[in-house]
Amino acid sequence: MIIALASGKGGTGKTTVCASLVRIWDKPVQAVDLDVEEPNLALYLKPELSGRLISEMEIPVSDQEKCTACGACSEICQFKAITVLGEYLLTFPEMCHGCGGCLAVCPEGALSLGARELGEVLWGQAGEIDFLMGRLRVGEAMSPPLMRDVKKRLDSSRDVIIDAPPGTSCPAINAVKDADVIVLVTEPTPFGFYDLKLAREAFTPIGKPMGVVMNRTGFGDAGAYDYCRATGLPILLEIPYDRRVAEKYSQGEVIADALPEFRGRFIELAARIRELAAGDLKEVSNG
Amino acid sequence: MVEITIISGKGGTGKTSLTAAFAHLASNHVICDLDVDAPDLHLILKPENEYLEEFFSGHEAIIDQNLCSSCGECLERCKYNAIKETPEGLMVDLLACEGCKVCVHFCPVGAIEFPMRRCGQWYLSKTRFGPLVHAQLFPGEENSGLLVSLLRKQARGMAEKENYNLILSDGAPGIGCPVISSLSGTDLAVAVTEPTPSGSHDLERVVNLCEHFKIPVGVIINKFDINLDQVKKIENFCQDHGLSLVGKLPYDHAFTEAMVQAKTITEYQSGDLAEEIGRIWARIEALAQLKKAA
Repeated sequence: MIIALASGKGGTGKTTVCASLVRIWDKPVQAVDLDVEEPNLALYLKPELSGRLISEMEIPVSDQEKCTACGACSEICQFKAITVLGEYLLTFPEMCHGCGGCLAVCPEGALSLGARELGEVLWGQAGEIDFLMGRLRVGEAMSPPLMRDVKKRLDSSRDVIIDAPPGTSCPAINAVKDADVIVLVTEPTPFGFYDLKLAREAFTPIGKPMGVVMNRTGFGDAGAYDYCRATGLPILLEIPYDRRVAEKYSQGEVIADALPEFRGRFIELAARIRELAAGDLKEVSNG
Repeated sequence: MVEITIISGKGGTGKTSLTAAFAHLASNHVICDLDVDAPDLHLILKPENEYLEEFFSGHEAIIDQNLCSSCGECLERCKYNAIKETPEGLMVDLLACEGCKVCVHFCPVGAIEFPMRRCGQWYLSKTRFGPLVHAQLFPGEENSGLLVSLLRKQARGMAEKENYNLILSDGAPGIGCPVISSLSGTDLAVAVTEPTPSGSHDLERVVNLCEHFKIPVGVIINKFDINLDQVKKIENFCQDHGLSLVGKLPYDHAFTEAMVQAKTITEYQSGDLAEEIGRIWARIEALAQLKKAA
């Protein structure tokens, strides 16, 4: 089973919940950080890394000698990554999406395969937990192709728990679309509610069961709760606001380990997620 | 005219709450929400929309089942695994399609249409603090970077035409495509961080990004009282990288209380916290002028 932890709004506690959930989850389990722009899960699980590969995108390299400036490449390119200026062929590697169109249409064989570094894929062990992550190269704009390379190493022989990037655009969709169940982490504030709504709308077409973790409850407002009730989005867990949680998090600790009274809540969450995935979720409070 | 962009690397550090407060404190400015994926600034600024335009960007491939011969040429050529074999025939998974046109070009029977993709909407609005340029990318869409560039162009045009001397922008979290588009050519980036391992890690990455594009950076440490050791680390980092630390703010529920009432923190209360935010804003303005002059 693949579980994706996602959120519209950033900073709602996705990584906090993810770290605790993998820690209490029945082993074997693989923890995967797909928030490749800002990967943070390793800061909490502190894995020993044992493997690394550089993720690259295939981009065109031009051979000016062979080019006849026919313009077929710039005609097919939808990303303004290759153009003919007078007699001269220019490429803009950072704009390239790696579709291979220019290479396929060039009648002169004037283009060959080159590579642009997207970032790195890293893996290792955090105790019994298999760990996998991607890290985008600073300055690189496109995370989905790197995420595809990370996902090639998902281990489907065990349960996989994914820490997804925030938001609802292409990187977030890429992180959750192969999941069997999507858990949206939010908070009962106007920002939390608005972004929860966006996330639900973005992920509904994927057609997988979704549930909510309501974090830092006890203040804020009722908007997110009302929305869950109105749309039938089950609240799988509430985590009351507690300053100690913020402090332990700031010390790099995993909440399920550092605060024993919270451990039971995450065990409960794990059970709820299994029920949700099996289509037989019982007795949910829904606020 | 000066452009100031508020960023954070990590989400949830208080970037939007602070941008809203700065929008309240600043004068003669255009406000811009560049977090087009999950925009929240309008929830506090309550804009009145005066102009709306659809945002089209790129194309998407659609297979006409009446013409398709199921030869599989598209399936083989697609680098994004966007062509799926279904009982109804070959279909394009629009969530995976990047609109590269390769399948359209190579389809031997011309069965693939390639319409423009409607990705979102953008708006020019009026708020109690001045004009707001903002947008909403539709769920699951891409090309957020292009939409960000479009908003910045609109804001600049408006500032030039109507003699505003400041553009204040709320950026997106992360370091990817929308953030890069938010930063290029801005006069000052202000990074809002928090004293946690994720906060400092993400700050370092977003500062590296700014250095890469030669954008000066000011730093605000929010929720500083959560962990003073981490604060020290961030202060050292700022010193090593020659970044201006423009202020520190405590963890305070007033931020959420203000948000619930759709007010900025500086409208909601007038105590120490609001005063400190006022001083921080004055430092940011001075720093932006200084960097602009340099």
